[in-house]
Amino acid sequence: MKPRIAVWKFSSCDGCQLSLLDCEDELLALGNAVEIAYFLEATSRVEDGPYDVSIVEGSITTAHDEERIQEVRENSGVVVAIGACATAGGIQALKNFADVEEYKRIVYAHPEYVDTLATSTPIGEHIKVDVELRGCPIDRGQLLAAISALVLGHAPRTKTSPVCLDCKQNGITCVLVSKGRPCLGPITQTGCGALCPSIGRGCFGCFGPADTANVDALTAQLRQLGMTDVGIDEMMNTYATTQFRKLVADQAGTGRGGSDDSGEQV
Amino acid sequence: MSHRTGGRILNVKALARVEGEGALHVAVRDNEVLDAKLQIYEPPRFFEAFLEGRDFREPPDITARICGICPVAYQMSSCTAIESAFGVSVEGQLAELRRLLYCGEWIESHVLHIYMLHAPDFLGYPGAIEMAAEHRDLVQRGLRMKKIGNQLMELVGGRAIHPVNVRIGGFYSSPDPERMREMLPDLRWALDAAQETVDWVNTFSFPAYEGDWEFVSVVQPDRYPIMGDRIRSASGVLDIPVAEFLDHFSEEHVAHSNALHGKWDRGQYVVGPLARFANAQDQLPPGAAAAADRVDLHGEVRNPYKSIIVRAIEVVAAYEEAIRIIEDYVRPTAPAIPVRPRASVGHGVSEAPRGLLYHRYFLKDDGSIDSCDIVPPTAQNQPAIEHDLLHVVEDNLSLSDADLTHLCEQTIRNYDPCISCATHFLEIRRVDV
Ligand code: SF4
Ligand code: SF4
Repeated sequence: MKPRIAVWKFSSCDGCQLSLLDCEDELLALGNAVEIAYFLEATSRVEDGPYDVSIVEGSITTAHDEERIQEVRENSGVVVAIGACATAGGIQALKNFADVEEYKRIVYAHPEYVDTLATSTPIGEHIKVDVELRGCPIDRGQLLAAISALVLGHAPRTKTSPVCLDCKQNGITCVLVSKGRPCLGPITQTGCGALCPSIGRGCFGCFGPADTANVDALTAQLRQLGMTDVGIDEMMNTYATTQFRKLVADQAGTGRGGSDDSGEQV
Repeated sequence: MSHRTGGRILNVKALARVEGEGALHVAVRDNEVLDAKLQIYEPPRFFEAFLEGRDFREPPDITARICGICPVAYQMSSCTAIESAFGVSVEGQLAELRRLLYCGEWIESHVLHIYMLHAPDFLGYPGAIEMAAEHRDLVQRGLRMKKIGNQLMELVGGRAIHPVNVRIGGFYSSPDPERMREMLPDLRWALDAAQETVDWVNTFSFPAYEGDWEFVSVVQPDRYPIMGDRIRSASGVLDIPVAEFLDHFSEEHVAHSNALHGKWDRGQYVVGPLARFANAQDQLPPGAAAAADRVDLHGEVRNPYKSIIVRAIEVVAAYEEAIRIIEDYVRPTAPAIPVRPRASVGHGVSEAPRGLLYHRYFLKDDGSIDSCDIVPPTAQNQPAIEHDLLHVVEDNLSLSDADLTHLCEQTIRNYDPCISCATHFLEIRRVDV
């Protein structure tokens, strides 16, 4: 029997699931190799679970979604969380560090109509996640490799080295050292192939922190370039804010942490 | 879905083949339609709130994350708003590169919608993958056309979803002319395929229905509109500079939705391909103009089901424009023009694939954002969608629940609604704390 795949959406921009439809060369072959049992963005055919693989985009921001993600887990063999929303709470997790009632008033005339939790949290805070693909958005190649591995019954493997290493391997001139531009490449997990440095732009961390990240060393370098602590904080805390905050908190006091105290930490 | 005596309720809890999460709710009693709603479930993400206090360089990247299907629209509307606040304007080859990037997005989004989201409605399939079982060549043609749109975005923007190369003032780096010209053979193939697409969708059968709304779009003096600084309605009653947009249009927060409904002081309006076509058909490049003649579409197209043909004509136009821009491309001397922040307000507007997208930023002297407003196209089209639903249900009460529901879903998809976009805004009002 073909493996049954489901694609779920929580709070997100749809970009990560669009990456699947953007696999133009592989999509029809994929449609033959697996049964797409639930993928609302692509088909109105809806098959009940259980599913062999559930691909989950988006973060948890409502009470209803807290329940829905439990059902996804119960009905799924393997759960793959895709993108910064699903793995880190996404850019909408910026509200975790603000007053949500005030946010509602800023955006909506009738805040009482709006149902939302105070936080945006990654899927892994609610259920066991088997595979995580980082990025805002994910890399199409990583997605295909992960699906192929799962279809063949292997555990997918993704690189955890920093963007920096990709620059070195691909002969990309270092934007931080040679051009003096702020770059999070030394502490950001690769997967994009050093996309931003390849066009002369500093990395802004959309794949979240790398395992080996040393925040202190980079913070010192960024200060030397004239960045303020607020600027450094905002640079790290946008696309994968919960992960970078955790990294800074974990490294604080170890001599590897960022020294600016930016308020609450996750 | 339930069928009750004396009345009917059609409920679709999760709409398929739209971007984002929405639901359909229709209530009928004694042959009278009591209620027709497109409900938006998509939880709010509060972009306008967390942009406050951020640096003026950030909106192109941050607002792109509102929508993975039309990130370039957000990037372009935010860039032009902030550039106008600082009193600069991007011209020449840099403006052409922006248009090229935007053509890539129109192609990618329109072809996705035509082939994968909307055509299955007309031909009776649940989706494109199922459609491919019987029409493999057609679906493959669509996928290749879409891929070429994505490649344009990768070439100019560095990445197809949330491009990384866009900045206030232009780009981080300008693409290499040699690499651009390598795309020409594929683009010429795609232009032919786009012409065939127009003829293909023109063979569909279109439910009879005409909407009575005004068409509102951006206009450009010398081009089919993508980025411009005036807004016009097809009847001519409205012709304003972008800075006056909020004097005429507002958004209303309705209880059943996390999105705001667009309102115009003069009545019902729609944005999107039908509106652009009504305003600027005579500015289409020659191949697209010929296609419109061939299928005999002119001026105000009032049957919203025919929007799929107009989208196909716009795809022809986007490939033609892409070819023209690449053939004429000379690498600009610098990838961006300099900007200097000042306390000011700026308005920006551009034509997302699904219609007019407006941004306004209030900026401080140090370049930080004091507040901002974003009015996305789907919020503006939502009242028209509900209006259409009401009439379509009224006209088709003899259909079975299943057929009527299907017709309602198809009606919603006429607008290619992007629910992810619609949900995140509304009027940003200053909070007194
Ligand atoms: S991670 Fe980024 S690209 Fe993916 S759904 Fe979230 S906002 Fe969109
Ligand atoms: S270089 Fe950094 S910011 Fe750019 S795409 Fe890669 S991870 Fe994201």
